[in-house]
Amino acid sequence: MNLLDAVLFIPLAGFFLILLVPREREEAIRRTALAVSLVTFIASLALLARFNRAEAGFQFVANLPWITQPAIRFYTGIDGVSLWLVLLTTLLTPIGVLISWRSIDRRVKEFFALFLLMEFGLVGVFVSLDLFLFYVFWEVSLVPMYFLIGVWGHERRIYAAVKFFLYTMAGSMLMLVALIYLYNRTGTLDYSALLQMRASGRLVFNRVEEVLLFLGFFIAFAIKVPLFPLHTWLPDAHVEAPTAGSVMLASVMLKMGCYGLVRFCLPLFPSASRDLAPSIAILAIIGILYGALVALVQPNMKKLVAYTSVSHLGFVVLGIFTFTELGMNGAVYQMLNHGVSTGALFVLVGYLYERRHSLEISDYGGVATPAPNLSAVFLITALASMGLPLLNNFVGEYLVLQGAAQASFRWAVCAAIGVIFSACYMLWLYQRVFFGEVRPDVAGHMRDLTGREWAAVLPLVVLMVWMGTLTQSFLPPITKSSAAILESTKIGVSFEVRNPRLAKGTEVARAR
Amino acid sequence: MPASFVPTAAEYFRVLPEILLVVVATLIMVLEPLTSKQSKRALGWAALAGLLAALIPAALAELAPGTAFSGMVSIDGFAVFFRVLVIAAAIVVVLMSGSYLRREDAESGEYYSLVLYSVAGQCIMAAAGELIVVFIGLEISSIASYVLAGYLRRAKLGNEAAAKYFLLGSFATAFLLYGIALIYGATGTTSLQGIRNALAHPHSVPSSMLVGAAAALMFVGLAFKVSAAPFQIWAPDVYQGAPAPVSAFLAAGPKAAAFAVLIRVYMTAFSAPGARWTGIVAASALLTMVVGNFAALVQTNVKRMLAYSSIAHAGYVMVAIAAHSETGTAAAMFYLAAYVFMNAGAFAVVAHFSRAGEQFVEIEDFAGLGWRQPGTAAMFSIFLLSLIGVPLTGGFFGKFYIFKAALDANLVWLTVVGLLTSAVAAFYYLRLLVVMYMKEPGDSVRDLPPLAVGTRTALWISAAFTLVLGIFPSLVLHFAVAYSRL
Repeated sequence: MNLLDAVLFIPLAGFFLILLVPREREEAIRRTALAVSLVTFIASLALLARFNRAEAGFQFVANLPWITQPAIRFYTGIDGVSLWLVLLTTLLTPIGVLISWRSIDRRVKEFFALFLLMEFGLVGVFVSLDLFLFYVFWEVSLVPMYFLIGVWGHERRIYAAVKFFLYTMAGSMLMLVALIYLYNRTGTLDYSALLQMRASGRLVFNRVEEVLLFLGFFIAFAIKVPLFPLHTWLPDAHVEAPTAGSVMLASVMLKMGCYGLVRFCLPLFPSASRDLAPSIAILAIIGILYGALVALVQPNMKKLVAYTSVSHLGFVVLGIFTFTELGMNGAVYQMLNHGVSTGALFVLVGYLYERRHSLEISDYGGVATPAPNLSAVFLITALASMGLPLLNNFVGEYLVLQGAAQASFRWAVCAAIGVIFSACYMLWLYQRVFFGEVRPDVAGHMRDLTGREWAAVLPLVVLMVWMGTLTQSFLPPITKSSAAILESTKIGVSFEVRNPRLAKGTEVARAR
Repeated sequence: MPASFVPTAAEYFRVLPEILLVVVATLIMVLEPLTSKQSKRALGWAALAGLLAALIPAALAELAPGTAFSGMVSIDGFAVFFRVLVIAAAIVVVLMSGSYLRREDAESGEYYSLVLYSVAGQCIMAAAGELIVVFIGLEISSIASYVLAGYLRRAKLGNEAAAKYFLLGSFATAFLLYGIALIYGATGTTSLQGIRNALAHPHSVPSSMLVGAAAALMFVGLAFKVSAAPFQIWAPDVYQGAPAPVSAFLAAGPKAAAFAVLIRVYMTAFSAPGARWTGIVAASALLTMVVGNFAALVQTNVKRMLAYSSIAHAGYVMVAIAAHSETGTAAAMFYLAAYVFMNAGAFAVVAHFSRAGEQFVEIEDFAGLGWRQPGTAAMFSIFLLSLIGVPLTGGFFGKFYIFKAALDANLVWLTVVGLLTSAVAAFYYLRLLVVMYMKEPGDSVRDLPPLAVGTRTALWISAAFTLVLGIFPSLVLHFAVAYSRL
């Protein structure tokens, strides 16, 4: 068993460990969960230290037989893209445990057990290189989240949980059909083998086949991203989930969809991807603008942050479907940025909720006076989220816009308007909550950040600055691996791609 | 060849499971009047011992496959698989029955011996090499289960269930018999291999009208037994009315055995004119999945909901049969193995939870079970997630394999619709998870007794199988694939 599988299975071991702790010993359960998640995080840091940045392919590969007939293998490994997503997951899990320390006061055992089970599922999604294994983890991560929302959520939690589950389930079923079809065509679900078969021309789809297969995967991923118009589950799930659930949902779970697009949709079905890219990019741009505009008018803070996710993830999808190196880099970087900054926003909104027990913006005002530290942290996060230079989101958004401009200048113009909107909704939110007269009912509740709360949010703030200034500590592995992915979308494009601008890569491939 | 009429020892060994089951069942009948009311429990143990004793030769028969009694019984891998499956299912059912029957003050030898007779019938069905034996096995199994459905004499719904089941079941058996008669008339034989040979010869092909009618009539009879649409009407009433352990039994053994017959008959006797009936099976599969899943959406009674769910699951197995291939047969076998345990487990929870007179069988009654009895609820969740088809459970891998077989056979629309209806199905199973974990406990969970030992064992066995089949499917799939050639 290699280090990567240790990172994968420590949370699962933690899940069983917590099941063994007696229910009454709540403090012990919390400590166990924190310890397990921290050990996982440290193990993943070791992963980072031993990761070879000069290599574009998969590292820490484990490839063991699992099911003989059909041939399915336990095949895991990471490249420069999944490395960071694994780290994002393992970083946010201890943070999620910390912010749930006091706010989860009933059914503590089940909460933390499920939280670790979810980490197992999420890490699994990012490290699976066998499509069947990927599907297994994809669904396994769904069940704990369903319970987290449904049991520990707010008033409309049941509606939100069921909606979340059914949306994802419906998408996954289409993915399952596509997956089985792929297996029947090729006799394997091994990602590397499939890519090789495609590259060597042994696997060729006709147009209808490829478009349908692409859509089977794409719809499942697009629901998870979520791409407009499949986003309607997201505001409900975000608003109703407990704080830690919202954080994991926004920061990590939405990345499952983006990751799926990058890892599977593009390299496996390049012709269909390129063919449908213009329509998808338009949906992404609609998502950027629509998400931002709807966020602007939300009276509920969590809902506002939820809609900003629709907007920000529009950038990710746009970046992916520009088929440019910059766009792809930006998209992957933006996944991480969104994970850090939106995660932090949800954490901070959770802090406010714990103090005032309300998510309505109108119930706040003048919070900056009684809680200056909280306000300062919120300000940095808000600025990061709106894409201020020197903070993380700026880098990602810039790269995506640059990539979009290379593909089509009009896309870049429309998407850039979204950045302006993001400044509007964030600053307006900040003004209404933190500035103005200190309301007596607010002052009574507000206290500043405690040590535990600092511990949860500080790493994220540090990362926002770090990722915004020293991008070179993060970007090189991403560039290496996303270039490899992009390269594989140029090989063996089997039918005429209609969009001339996007066909450039195809011609290059033909010329060879 | 007069010598061949004297069965050899090996032939007797091949039917040893049936012999053991019948002997133990009869023994229990004899002992029944001799045991006092307090020691009826011992009869349950006797039944369990009989089943375990039968399980051993049923599994060992794999080592010496062959036919017995002039080809009337053929013990091949397929028969071994299904005989082991129905006996294992009956073990789970007997384990959960004891505490239920004591609660209803109805524990007696008849119940256990009826279960054993029914299992003997199912074993015969699984091993039948010709149609008359199929019919005999089916009748032994069915008549015992008609009685079991109405076992609680004072329960009104139970009586209604038994009457309905008996009347409709008799009709279905008549259809089957009519079909057998027609095919005998057309081919002059009731042996499955004989029919296959007769139909395969291009020169001696009997009237296709006659063969078609025979196949269709037999399909009606068997589709009734597996509760495939449009012959599923009886299932909800019977499953709801019968005592919960009996519902578990009906949804497991008889169904699996009837599927065994359906697969065997259509993959051997009628394998040649395959193209003609696969369309009908596919249509029936589609209808079954849609009817089962959509009707289950609006149920408020858990037993009724599980009944519709078991109709839907029959639909998935029908998809595998419609694929008309060895992969399809293997998929059906694997799915039935997974289905039997997850479904029996779910019914075991219902049997435990319902309390005396089955007062608590509405979905809403389960509110708060997750916090009152976490262990029971956790296992119930495993069964429900498996019924939904979430990975790492047997239900998921079974579904994956079935739809793989279907896509192999180019049944694309059937696959897409099937998987989408199973997304619909998630909704009604989730409702149970919702009330168990997300609703506040009501009166119905206040005085819930702890799990009885038997029920607990049944739950553990079912949950273990459900998970093992999901995580290491190769263990069972290996046999299913090896034995799917008929």
